[in-house]
Amino acid sequence: MGFTDEDRVRARAIIDRYPHAKSAMLPLLLLAQDRDGWVTPEAMEEIAVWLGTTPALVLGTCSFYTMLKREPVGDLVVSVCTNIACLVNRGPELLDGLRSRYEGDTAIMVEEVECIAACDRAPAIQINYEYYGPVDTTAAVDIIEQYRSGALQARTISGSSRGAK
Amino acid sequence: MSSVPISQWPSEYKYSAPVAGDTEMVNVTIDGVEVQAPRGELLIKVAQDYGTYIPRFCYHERMKPVGMCRMCLVEVEGMRGLQISCATPVVEGMVVTTQSPDVKEAQDGVLEFLLINHPLDCPVCDRGGECPLQDQTLAFGPGESRFVEEKRHFEKPIPISDLVLLDRERCIQCGRCTRFAAEVAGDPLIDFGGRGSSTEVITYPGAPFSSYFSGNVVQICPVGALTARSYRFKARPWDLSAVETSCQSCSVGCRGVLDSASNRLVRFLGVDSEPVNHGWLCDKGRYGYEWVHAKDRLNIPLVARGGGLVPESWPQALELATSVIRDVFDKHGAKAIGVLGGAQGTNEDAYAWARLAKGVIGTDNVDAQLGDGLPAEVVIGMERATIADLDSARAIVLLGPDLKEELPVLYLRVRRAAVDLGVPLVDIGASNTGLTPYAQAVLRHLPGDPEAVTEKLAAALAGQPTRPDELRPLLEAIDKRALIQKEGPVVVVLGRSSVAEAADATVRAAAILAQAGISAKFLSALPTANVHGALDLGLAPGFLPGRVTLAAGRDELAKTWARVPEEQGLGAAKILANAAGGEIKLLVLLNCDPIADFPDGQLAKDALKNVEHVISLNSFTNESMRHADVVFPITVWGEQRGSISNIEGRVARLGRKITPDGSTMEPWRIATELAARLGHEMDLESFTEVQDEIAQVAPAFVGVDSKLISWARDGAVLPVADHAAEITLALSSLDQNKRSAGVSWEPIPTSGEDTPGNGAVPPAVISPPRPAQALYSWAKQAPERTAALADSYSLRLVASRTLYGNDLITTQSPSLARLATVTAQLRVNERERDRLGVADGEVVRVISSRSSIELPLVVDPSVPERVALVAINRDAPGASDLVDINESVTDLRIETLSKPVIKES
Ligand code: SF4
Ligand code: SF4
Ligand code: FES
Ligand code: FES
Repeated sequence: MGFTDEDRVRARAIIDRYPHAKSAMLPLLLLAQDRDGWVTPEAMEEIAVWLGTTPALVLGTCSFYTMLKREPVGDLVVSVCTNIACLVNRGPELLDGLRSRYEGDTAIMVEEVECIAACDRAPAIQINYEYYGPVDTTAAVDIIEQYRSGALQARTISGSSRGAK
Repeated sequence: MSSVPISQWPSEYKYSAPVAGDTEMVNVTIDGVEVQAPRGELLIKVAQDYGTYIPRFCYHERMKPVGMCRMCLVEVEGMRGLQISCATPVVEGMVVTTQSPDVKEAQDGVLEFLLINHPLDCPVCDRGGECPLQDQTLAFGPGESRFVEEKRHFEKPIPISDLVLLDRERCIQCGRCTRFAAEVAGDPLIDFGGRGSSTEVITYPGAPFSSYFSGNVVQICPVGALTARSYRFKARPWDLSAVETSCQSCSVGCRGVLDSASNRLVRFLGVDSEPVNHGWLCDKGRYGYEWVHAKDRLNIPLVARGGGLVPESWPQALELATSVIRDVFDKHGAKAIGVLGGAQGTNEDAYAWARLAKGVIGTDNVDAQLGDGLPAEVVIGMERATIADLDSARAIVLLGPDLKEELPVLYLRVRRAAVDLGVPLVDIGASNTGLTPYAQAVLRHLPGDPEAVTEKLAAALAGQPTRPDELRPLLEAIDKRALIQKEGPVVVVLGRSSVAEAADATVRAAAILAQAGISAKFLSALPTANVHGALDLGLAPGFLPGRVTLAAGRDELAKTWARVPEEQGLGAAKILANAAGGEIKLLVLLNCDPIADFPDGQLAKDALKNVEHVISLNSFTNESMRHADVVFPITVWGEQRGSISNIEGRVARLGRKITPDGSTMEPWRIATELAARLGHEMDLESFTEVQDEIAQVAPAFVGVDSKLISWARDGAVLPVADHAAEITLALSSLDQNKRSAGVSWEPIPTSGEDTPGNGAVPPAVISPPRPAQALYSWAKQAPERTAALADSYSLRLVASRTLYGNDLITTQSPSLARLATVTAQLRVNERERDRLGVADGEVVRVISSRSSIELPLVVDPSVPERVALVAINRDAPGASDLVDINESVTDLRIETLSKPVIKES
């Protein structure tokens, strides 16, 4: 995979939006993540060239954000909240349930996150940053599988609804 | 400090310029004391200037503030909460309290937080004993921690480059190292990665922090997170003793403190000299001290006996050398003697040898430059600029070598002028340099042919109304700059960009700029350590000490010297040619190795093969001394006191830190010993006596006696009458003692005298005398143009230097040796490679009018078309096999060794 020429045209347009090329770092990292499903080293290196900077600075920025994945995560990122409201509403159980269900499944990554501002729906989860809650393991698996089968249209791995793959 | 507060430097990063730039003074009250400061200056700096030290970790005077550590909190009346003084600009009427219960509590808290994850492994930390975190915890900290949980753990030191190691557990995330890399060095190869408590300094995998300036981050890291491979576990700060001196790895002459333990040099740190280096050093200067202790150092005289060189006592060796000199002189006259080199020694060495060669023996065949510089009359006589002139220049024109490779800290200064101060930059040259990315105008020309572009530039700078396209951005930048900097010289950084072409072309370009009526001033970029001192003190044909010609200086000097040569002698190229031809019978090699250093290797080899006698002074054996009659081992940097002159002609003192192993002698003393044996007592017993004699007899040095040299904190630029206002003297003998070892993380101020307590009192004011004689000034003329026309099938050679090559400092210093490239490569761009139809790395035959050698071809996209680059400081076969010193340029034909491969189309 990697960037296509079309991406490169788009990247140029993004860079041109800012007075300083480096300001385009985040949009470009998201572009890369949407393209490959994660931010590959090749992408970071190419972005560095575009921005006239070094890969070290790109990695520095990229590694600051947990939503930018520097390893392949599959097609769906399931973020399970275990912060206070979800904690008392069996969030940890939900996390364990989903983890064991999808262990070894390369298409789906389950991760634990802090409060995602959906306390009113605790325990809450996000699937590619689309909110669901309250859910238990069975309900969550059901939704995830709908996404997997294509019955539900998922956002990109960066949470963008545009150009969903 | 420059008059513009650091917070107001124009910059890409506007965050650091909180108020409009002006230098209006405002009244500020700090802890009840009213003081005056320029509006917008940072509070932490104002307080410090008036004697109140506000603790800090991330703030560094030479970098922009970031406010990352929160250690510098103070109370400002009328502002809510505590303020970080490192990012608070002062305004009229500000009332500040730096010590109050609230501030104390905040400092307690900051330190407690910083120590949460700090491993406190001080006993095994290089920084222990000179650590700001230790010191500030003691002075301002809580004394205990409430944190009982497990600290974060990282793998203990990991290399971030070949020279620097990182212990992430000790890092307090101040961002000094990352800011230095990005803002000062322009090599942003390190950054913060991760976040929160797992924030760490990172490099990109496979791209280490291989900056030429990496050692500076070790010096400014406020904890022991960054350590230098060369110094790790070598000494504890309290065991060090220190002396201030100048770096002699190149001719910038950066000020530094040399630390030793048990008579071994262990560390060299940058000293913050405002006019010279701002506290920075390049890695070659910083780690190049190691060569002093190289195993192969010569430590006893050698004489030719039985077909080889064998050890001999000093008196015998001196006798032998004397009889060789006398013999040649009696049989063939003074003109049969040539003296080469002297650009690596001290001013005292240069003067004593000039006096021996010219004033005792009577030969003017003396040249400190080995065909790799510029004509002495240009360097000695051009209108000189200082390094600080770069900051206030109307524009800077680069007409010389790649400063990043040859004069690294000057590169930093030019880069700062261009990036931080907005000085327009012009890059004239045959190939790209480290500064090309910062230039507003890049004027490329074929090697040896800079006139056309220079003329165009000169006309534009002189205000000619037509604005050629390639100069438009430059002229716009100059117009913009004129809003804040109307006057100011055009500073031309002048040097030799390639030894594969004659110096004439560069001189012609310089003459064009000098005559253009643009008030051009020249800053020399000749890189050899003390070449400017050597030239100023008479180690050049036609000149006498103090920037005067033979004719102008003869009468005056004859009062002290036994004789002065009648007519102008030969330069290095002719000396070697005459040695090869048999007219010159004796070559004296002053710490030089023509076979390795002279651009035309064949000529140097012939000369040393054919010449009857060689006397060599050196610290290592080399090819050129193979047939020497006598070899004298010499005392070197770190072992010898004296002075040097840097690119500006700034005379600065050298400190001695260790006593040499073995029996070496200072070169100037060898000269006086030989003179005495030749029947002429020079009456020079110590280096200060040499300095005082120079001040007396060398017109340009008038006023620069041993006293001034020893007390002028940043040295003195010649002639002092023109630069007296820039001289800062040590204030009192108390000031001298400030130079203590183990203060490395904050800018280290320059100091006076290096032997405290000698009771001398500094001259209260300098009343600079004017030289009685007019100093030589360059006629701004250049030889006629001879550059050969380029034919379409050959490539033209650029032979330049890189920082790490086969030079002694690099190869004899273990830390640097690992970074060196010593085999030559032919670098061309992709197009030329394709035209030749060879693969990257393939060995090709390279043919010049001189010879034909085989070199691997390497693709380098920065090399322009029709040009081939071969670094000169490489082992043979290399550039010096290709260069014919009599040709104006070096054209190359490239042939493939294998049968040409038919490429698919
Ligand atoms: S390594 Fe040192 S200089 Fe760099 S951020 Fe950490 S503490 Fe600061
Ligand atoms: S720039 Fe030159 S003088 Fe300065 S540290 Fe480097 S080698 Fe030494
Ligand atoms: S605690 Fe889970 S969404 Fe707020
Ligand atoms: S010194 Fe001010 S925040 Fe670090």
